[in-house]
Amino acid sequence: MSAAAPSTPEAPARRAVLSDRAAALLLRGSFGTYVTVLVALPLLALVYRGLADGPAAAWAAITAPAAVAALKLSIGTGVVAALVNGLAGTAIAWVLVRWDLPGRRLLSALVDLPLAIPTLVAGILLIALFGPQTAIGAALAEHDLAVAYARPGIVLALLFVTLPFVVRAVEPVLHELDPAEEEAATTLGAGRWLTFRYVLLPPLLPAVAAGTVQVFARSVAEFGSLAAVSGNIPFQTLTAPVYILGEVEGGSPGSAAAVSLVLLAVALALQPLSHALARAAGSRRG
Amino acid sequence: MASAPGRSRPVGAAWLVVAAVTLYVGGLLVVPLLALTRAVLADLPGVASALTAADALRALGLSVALAAVSLVLNGVAGVTGALVLTRQRFLGRRLLDALVDLPLAVSPVMTGLAFLLLFGRNGWLGPVLQPLGIKVAFALPGLVIATVFVTLPFMLREIALVLEEIGTSEEDAASTLGASAWQTFWLVTLPNLREGLTLGATLTVARALGEFGAVLVLGGAITGRTDTATTFIHNAMEERHTTSAYGMALVLAAAAAALLFLLQRPSQTSRGK
Repeated sequence: MSAAAPSTPEAPARRAVLSDRAAALLLRGSFGTYVTVLVALPLLALVYRGLADGPAAAWAAITAPAAVAALKLSIGTGVVAALVNGLAGTAIAWVLVRWDLPGRRLLSALVDLPLAIPTLVAGILLIALFGPQTAIGAALAEHDLAVAYARPGIVLALLFVTLPFVVRAVEPVLHELDPAEEEAATTLGAGRWLTFRYVLLPPLLPAVAAGTVQVFARSVAEFGSLAAVSGNIPFQTLTAPVYILGEVEGGSPGSAAAVSLVLLAVALALQPLSHALARAAGSRRG
Repeated sequence: MASAPGRSRPVGAAWLVVAAVTLYVGGLLVVPLLALTRAVLADLPGVASALTAADALRALGLSVALAAVSLVLNGVAGVTGALVLTRQRFLGRRLLDALVDLPLAVSPVMTGLAFLLLFGRNGWLGPVLQPLGIKVAFALPGLVIATVFVTLPFMLREIALVLEEIGTSEEDAASTLGASAWQTFWLVTLPNLREGLTLGATLTVARALGEFGAVLVLGGAITGRTDTATTFIHNAMEERHTTSAYGMALVLAAAAAALLFLLQRPSQTSRGK
């Protein structure tokens, strides 16, 4: 490693302690080790533990009724959150990019807030608003409705923590689009809907999809806000990550690791999809 | 700012969308924030005494310390990793690139479990660590590892974006003029990274202060030892001490808002250039 790099005609006269090539290798090696030890090793341990008791045991753990109910709930609420924030996020991006509004910067800052607010705190916020001791919670209870410790609370928490994803995916693409095209379409007699459908939507679609996939992936993995707001009732409001926590605390790491395999598979499938969509959105630009 | 091209006052039906968007963001984010603020203000002396209790202060201090450690470790790893991933081409680069993003995709509970399988009882690294008397799970090192894991991508990604944007022409010029790789890095590359470093640091600190699932599972939330600000809230809720929970939650929410304010979104202004 201490061997000097082959000298090139334009090799600088002064040499650092390490030659460029050795330094490059050293950087690459230490960073590769850091990521392997910090990320790959624990996840390998997780996959190994999930399969260690044999595929039959893993399948039994995954198909246990409470596990299936938790996975279904996570996927179902994730789909709802993805659809709602897919639509709302696109609308928010459109408002932020296209219109000159008083308070536009405040709106933009608010959209970023869920990136900074701890997810557990997002859950606490919803409890402070809808919890049983609050006026709203009491009023809802009178009508046999509940947000806190119920499914609506789960969806609200997911919408809260995933709000920025679609907005931030769509915003840059929308920036690059020429409003003149929309104006031209309108001038040529296209209605608002036709303009939206044929001029605005097609170039935005990959970005909207990338953001929506991100919302779903995050929703399925979400833990902190749901630990606070969902009430964690098996078969009703217990989502998959909280189920995994229960299995860990109940002394069944094998079952916890097996159910984790499902979530890991979802994450590993969706991340490249979201990246590919984001690249497609980017290539539409410019 | 106001002269941004193509931006005009909304007309006609656009107002409906603007109103709907305002209601959505206001209802989803602002109203719950106001509800928490109101609940805290209703019992300010109670919240104040709950937050100045030794356990609360220690939990908050621990979270701040964890954020600082993550910032340093992932600052170094982020600059190194961003340079490696954007400036070098080698076998396995794409795998490494994908691994860096995994902490964002994995549920925090699974992170905690994965590290327990390494460091817990009968963990993979038990035979190595036990004879040395090193305790990771349910101890401070576990909290550090969990927090560093979940914050790994932030610095790196923001720095990599800047590195890709600025290209290598300045660095090439410097080394042609005789600067060593080290001099080029300190005098040319690093100063250019300021924007990415700021944004990445903010996201890292925010995420470290707010990390909950992984530190709960790996740290165990032991009062006075591995209890962070978030697990403090969790424990307080379980014990129905809403005063403490709400108080600490508002402190963390305020810290998040302050971080965003400090940042003032340089990414947006640079995008508009």
